[in-house]
Amino acid sequence: MSSLRVPRSPKVLVGAGIVAFFAVLTVVGPYLAPYDPSATTFNANLTPSSAHWLGTTALGQDIFSQLLVGARATMIVAIVAGVVATLLSVTVGVAAGYLGGRTDDGLSLLSNVFLAIPGLPLLIVIDSYLPTGSRSNSFVIGLIISLTGWAWGARVLRAQTMSLRNRDFVEAARIIGESRVRIMLVEIAPNLLPVLASSLLFTILYSIGAYVTLAYVGLTSTAVWNWGTMLYWAQSNNAPLANQWYWFVPPGVCIALIGTGLALMNFGIDEFINPRLRAAGLSAKVRRASGLPRRPRLGFTPVARPRAVATVTARGDAQ
Amino acid sequence: MRMLARRLSLYVVTAWVAITVNFLLPRMMPGNPVQQLIGKLTGQITPQQVHAIELAFGIGLNQGLWAQYTGYLHQLLLGNLGVSITLSSPVSSVLASAVPWTVGLIGVSTILSFVLGTLSGALLGWFRGSRLDSVIPVATFFQAVPYFFLGTVMLLIFGSSLHWFPVLGAYSPSVTPGWHWAFLASLVRYGELPVITIVLSSVAGWMLGMRNMMITMIAEDFVLMAVAKGLPRRKVIAHAARNAVLPSVANLSLAIGLVVSGALLVELVFNYPGVGNLLLQAVLNEDYPLIQGIFLVITLTVLAANLLADVLYFVLDPRTRTEAAL
Repeated sequence: MSSLRVPRSPKVLVGAGIVAFFAVLTVVGPYLAPYDPSATTFNANLTPSSAHWLGTTALGQDIFSQLLVGARATMIVAIVAGVVATLLSVTVGVAAGYLGGRTDDGLSLLSNVFLAIPGLPLLIVIDSYLPTGSRSNSFVIGLIISLTGWAWGARVLRAQTMSLRNRDFVEAARIIGESRVRIMLVEIAPNLLPVLASSLLFTILYSIGAYVTLAYVGLTSTAVWNWGTMLYWAQSNNAPLANQWYWFVPPGVCIALIGTGLALMNFGIDEFINPRLRAAGLSAKVRRASGLPRRPRLGFTPVARPRAVATVTARGDAQ
Repeated sequence: MRMLARRLSLYVVTAWVAITVNFLLPRMMPGNPVQQLIGKLTGQITPQQVHAIELAFGIGLNQGLWAQYTGYLHQLLLGNLGVSITLSSPVSSVLASAVPWTVGLIGVSTILSFVLGTLSGALLGWFRGSRLDSVIPVATFFQAVPYFFLGTVMLLIFGSSLHWFPVLGAYSPSVTPGWHWAFLASLVRYGELPVITIVLSSVAGWMLGMRNMMITMIAEDFVLMAVAKGLPRRKVIAHAARNAVLPSVANLSLAIGLVVSGALLVELVFNYPGVGNLLLQAVLNEDYPLIQGIFLVITLTVLAANLLADVLYFVLDPRTRTEAAL
């Protein structure tokens, strides 16, 4: 486990910063909101001012409060969906990859079927049959989203498990007589961590998109504030055409920002898994300082060691 | 050929799963949606509509589940998808007028996005570590923006504010549809902004995937050999790129579903008369037969596109062919 040094490139730091910011917002957002997001006590269609930082909606609700309160519902669904989907994909992926044979055939078929069915139409169909009560339940929505989002991770994890299955240390564990479950959980699973982390980030990213889309279409309860319902109300009141940018742009930008943050963090994991990408991503400054050729040489992409790079970065900054 | 046969059987199974889900979902739902639906439509419901609803939910048929299922499959084989509740016309004919728009819009944008993304990804991979790398965070940002949001912003800036592009609809209302120049030109003109939106949203995935593969590929001996032989740089890049593109093509069939999912909503934003727009109207009106028909058609179309992508892979990678010969 001591080898878990995630590269500290600027990309990853910026990504982690953005994600941390929104994580904090999820927790404190509803307490920071200056007004009740549903209260229709203000004048309608106000432009941004010191009292209403992002103006008010056509119903006279404070948009900034909606944005702050909405962060929580959006993130909770994304996290529920992301975690459940990742658990599903680990179970299916590791079992398929390690057990092989008929189990593998069956599980692979299952995940390939889920991959081939387009996710959003399936989500919309399932959701359109839900009773209205369940549509306002973040956990129900999260579970349904996870149903359509686990297959990609399972596929990647299966491939990784298969490449690990015949390594010496797994062979050794088998000879010692460790049980299959123990080998899967204790020997193989920790080695899947980077892949797992990347799959979790991607599933959360997917879930945010799916949830916001469902809400935008009007398929989740419009009484639950999330960034998708904000866009739904903005759209149904023709905010885009009325040039009320302060109504529909902030939620969209928040979604895009958190998505960018997650993807940037994922770059770090990619570079951790594939050292060649790590060296390729180094800036010219770091390259010079660490004695690597300024331009990557052909046929020889240097594999920079993370520790060396980290110290060099520190020195490079001091110059 | 074995690989293609395997993929084909996967798609057949997937189609069967989609059909079965479609059949079971309305029958599994709690409560009595039929009464709710009829209640909502009071005063304006015809006996035919009641019958359409009952058929969709399998209520009032006095048949076992299995008999209903075989009956459903039989009707599907005949191309009968039921009757739309709100439009009172067969779902199949409603869909027939919407599908070409979607296939055209999404097909063109997916091909454009794949080609552009792969080409730029190859160059980004080759010139890694240069200033070109600054494209990556920008591309990532565009990838993270929901399609429909980007569409709204594009519509607002380039459509209604700058008037660079016509907005709303698939062609100018002043031309009559048909195979003549004025209509086709209008079609392209109105399609520009939706296509640009979908390409901007989806190009980053291809670009980043290709860049990563290219970087891995450049370290291979055959690339060094090509340079040592003194091949011009253009040829070396093309040589490495052809090998690096294989995983992208293999992923193409899986990514199509994602692109379609996003692009369906772009139709809503631009009021494009395709399947996506139809689906959302059907959802708002709770027109279940129509929702089901659309889901089925989208799934089958995506599966057909997947198969095409697999054939492309088969053509590009000779190894899949020699494997069959062994």
